[in-house]
Amino acid sequence: MSRAALLLLADGRFPAGGHAHSGGVEAAVAHGAVHDTDSLEAFCRGRLHTTGLTMAGLAAAAAGGHDPLLLDDAADARTPAPALRAAARRLGRQMLRAARATFPSAELEHLATARPQGAHQPIVLGLAARAAGLAPVDAAYAAVYENIGGPATAAVRLLSLDPLDASGLLARLGPEIDDVAAAAADAATRAMTEGIDALPSASSPLLDITAEQHAAWTVRLFAS
Amino acid sequence: MHLGHSLPHQHIPSVSATRPDGSRRALRVGLGGPVGSGKTATVAALCRTLRDRWCIAAVTNDIYTREDAEYLLREAVLPPERITAVETGACPHTAIRDDISANLEAVEHLEETLHPLDLVLVESGGDNLTATFSKGLVDVQIFVIDVASGDDIPRKGGPGITTADLLIVNKTDLAPHVGADLDTMAVDAKRQRGDLPVIFTSLTSDDGIREVADWVTGHLAQWRAGAVV
Repeated sequence: MSRAALLLLADGRFPAGGHAHSGGVEAAVAHGAVHDTDSLEAFCRGRLHTTGLTMAGLAAAAAGGHDPLLLDDAADARTPAPALRAAARRLGRQMLRAARATFPSAELEHLATARPQGAHQPIVLGLAARAAGLAPVDAAYAAVYENIGGPATAAVRLLSLDPLDASGLLARLGPEIDDVAAAAADAATRAMTEGIDALPSASSPLLDITAEQHAAWTVRLFAS
Repeated sequence: MHLGHSLPHQHIPSVSATRPDGSRRALRVGLGGPVGSGKTATVAALCRTLRDRWCIAAVTNDIYTREDAEYLLREAVLPPERITAVETGACPHTAIRDDISANLEAVEHLEETLHPLDLVLVESGGDNLTATFSKGLVDVQIFVIDVASGDDIPRKGGPGITTADLLIVNKTDLAPHVGADLDTMAVDAKRQRGDLPVIFTSLTSDDGIREVADWVTGHLAQWRAGAVV
């Protein structure tokens, strides 16, 4: 299958709703934790190795043919904050709409029927990659990249950072993105024999807490 | 992968003019335009005028608050369950044009929970003169400007001014106070838009929305008759 499908899936312009979410960076900016390029890089690195790794494992497993409904339950178990569960399912619905139109497949249709309120977004992303004929590691890359690309773009808007600095930051994280995507894909392979618990379950409690606080704000630019 | 092959239930809801049960879905009307031009006031006035005859719901795209949704709630132009606010991540034009998924979610949720709806008004966040709605999101779109922001706006053009199905020039009552020349605005709008309609409104006057309401009603009648709007 065409590798170009990966570019399409990973493109921030893929119309699946991601532009309205900051990946927790709006709350981090409000708390002063992210205030310049260096602190944004630290935030992205932390997210990459926690939420990013976990999401990439789920996406890779879905792309590898794991039961998406079991993976959806596993995603719930790995997402304790209700605000983040809601955001993940909302984004999953939006991704499903885009994926069904872009990479039609019986598996995506089945998921839409089984989860009318939406599955967690990484599961849909993985199934979309599968429908496009991509490999589990490709789905992992798309999930990881989105996990830090989204916050970086949001921080540029929130802090008026130089966008060139943000691009440089994402490039510097490249080798770590490689490592995380490979680890996620490896875990997805092991999960086929060892079961779903082999998938990463790294979490970032501060992101969970600030996501709950952010969801209660009355004035905000981003949905999460 | 064969992108062209058909699958059961495969459809693009945004484009389809019918509901899954085959009945015609609600007409979706987009309202865009710069900040402060009177989009929310127009939505409120349309709701008040048309709600007794048609079943209406509204989606707002506030930029960073729920102000517009709350205005509609406070003014009680529609019951709360008929108003949904969409968050746009600092990019209101993206949410109505480039990535319409959140707005489609909102529209479809209203359609499902308030079935059968006749009309859904989708109000954009305040934006610039280039903001237009995707045809995947709305069936017809209205662009709202006002005389107090400068009577040269129609001359400046931009996709919102030139291509909207209806251009509203609001706050005509303020024209004498801000030195706006309505005749010039009308001539410039005509030059930019050709035969596309332009309506001058003053929503502070009694029934100031009437002409716009008639325009919407006309489109709604065509839509319900199954004609191409």
